[in-house]
Amino acid sequence: MSRVRVLVGTKKGAFILKADGKRESWEVSGPFFAGWEIYHMKGSPVNGDRVYVSQTSGWFGQIIQRSDDGGKTWTAPGGGMQKSPQGWPTGESNRFVYDTSADGGAPLTTHQWYDGTQHPWEFKRVWHLEPSLTDAEAVYAGVEDAALFHSMDGGHSWQELPGLRGHGTGPQWQPGAGGMCLHTIVLDPKDPQRIYIAISAAGAFRTDDGGKTWKPINKGLRSQMMPDQDAEVGHCVHHIAMSPRRPGVLFMQKHWDVMRSDDAGDSWREVSGNLPTDFGFAIDVHAHEPETIYVAPITSDSLHYPMDGKLQVWRSKTGGNEWEAMTEGLPQKDCYVNVLRDAMAVDTLDDCGVYFGTTGGQVYVSPDGGDQWKPIVRDLPPVLSVEVQTIA
Amino acid sequence: MILVELPFHLRTLAQLSGAVRLEVDDPVTLRRVLDALEARYPVLRGTIRDHGTLERRAFLRFFACEQDWSHEPVDAPLPEAVATGKEPLLVIGAIAGGS
Repeated sequence: MSRVRVLVGTKKGAFILKADGKRESWEVSGPFFAGWEIYHMKGSPVNGDRVYVSQTSGWFGQIIQRSDDGGKTWTAPGGGMQKSPQGWPTGESNRFVYDTSADGGAPLTTHQWYDGTQHPWEFKRVWHLEPSLTDAEAVYAGVEDAALFHSMDGGHSWQELPGLRGHGTGPQWQPGAGGMCLHTIVLDPKDPQRIYIAISAAGAFRTDDGGKTWKPINKGLRSQMMPDQDAEVGHCVHHIAMSPRRPGVLFMQKHWDVMRSDDAGDSWREVSGNLPTDFGFAIDVHAHEPETIYVAPITSDSLHYPMDGKLQVWRSKTGGNEWEAMTEGLPQKDCYVNVLRDAMAVDTLDDCGVYFGTTGGQVYVSPDGGDQWKPIVRDLPPVLSVEVQTIA
Repeated sequence: MILVELPFHLRTLAQLSGAVRLEVDDPVTLRRVLDALEARYPVLRGTIRDHGTLERRAFLRFFACEQDWSHEPVDAPLPEAVATGKEPLLVIGAIAGGS
């Protein structure tokens, strides 16, 4: 029987939640890397035992951790995997250095700062790790200040794909409230050269040549916070989701607005429809129904909690515009948590399970595609990310 | 033999249970101690000082003999008591409130 492994990154460590295909009885392990912020953890689709983790701290910087046994043991691939004869860790902890070479895509050295001046790029942390769809040793990292890195050696060393920062609009990028972060990486399963990324607050970008060159894909987005609401860059894209069954059709939760593209991001149209509010962070697509999408509406950019204290996931089975509230099993009063951008995921079991975590430390599961929900855990630290592995 | 005491999270990261003992050539300076520390425990590279600039990370402090060495030149000789191992060099996570 298939089973699931839910990877939960929190403000104070990582947790792994495991269940069989019924998803009724759960085993909780962790915290791993206790006390550190775990922005994201994700398993390789090639090797289910391979899990990558972004472990970060305002005090001590960035560490990449890796497991090769499904989370039982961990190593910092650049620092703790091998042992010297004395038993000391060898190698180097993970280093993210922006490419400043002239031939690497004319990388930029500054971006726009909050006060409108230009500011140098400064590495702060890894927001998102996206393992390759074809190679367990290959993994992408989206970082703050916004850039895309990749590793071809299992996280031991990292190199920037500088064409993204160097494509020309970089001086117009500026940080959102959470920093200038590259938080979303979507790989096209049918075209290994095609990658989508999103940056707050710059917008969405696509490469069709494996990361050498990039183009902004923001036509159709409108953002009131910008003086030119239709500008090519500057949009605060919160997250993008795509069904691997139908690459090219993208769904976006923008700062405000839920958007859809049917042409790989070349153009977008709003599909917020009857949502009670179209502000939010998380969005995902059903594993088997490419027109079924999920969002977790949040009151507003000033009030980062559900409307009226009622925690709701809204589901559209029509690819947007027509939405229904999923509330069974979710708190419908006095609930003032947030659901962050990387904190929603789906499994690929026949009856698709949907998962999300909250800043209140709850992780909820719906084993029936959103109809009914129940908490797996209630009292974790604030949840930053949720990913699911479906294991045969 | 120099004694270096690290904060909890860095001891965990380097798989240490107590203070670090390092051989450092004279004159014993902050730079030489950190170079020796990172040479023995490469996993600590980037966690105390920036990978590229080697600047101290903003929320870390260096204390020795009841003095704050965080803002002293990294090539200044450390106190004799530290150089002889009588007193440790303390790497401290700066106090910070919030989450």
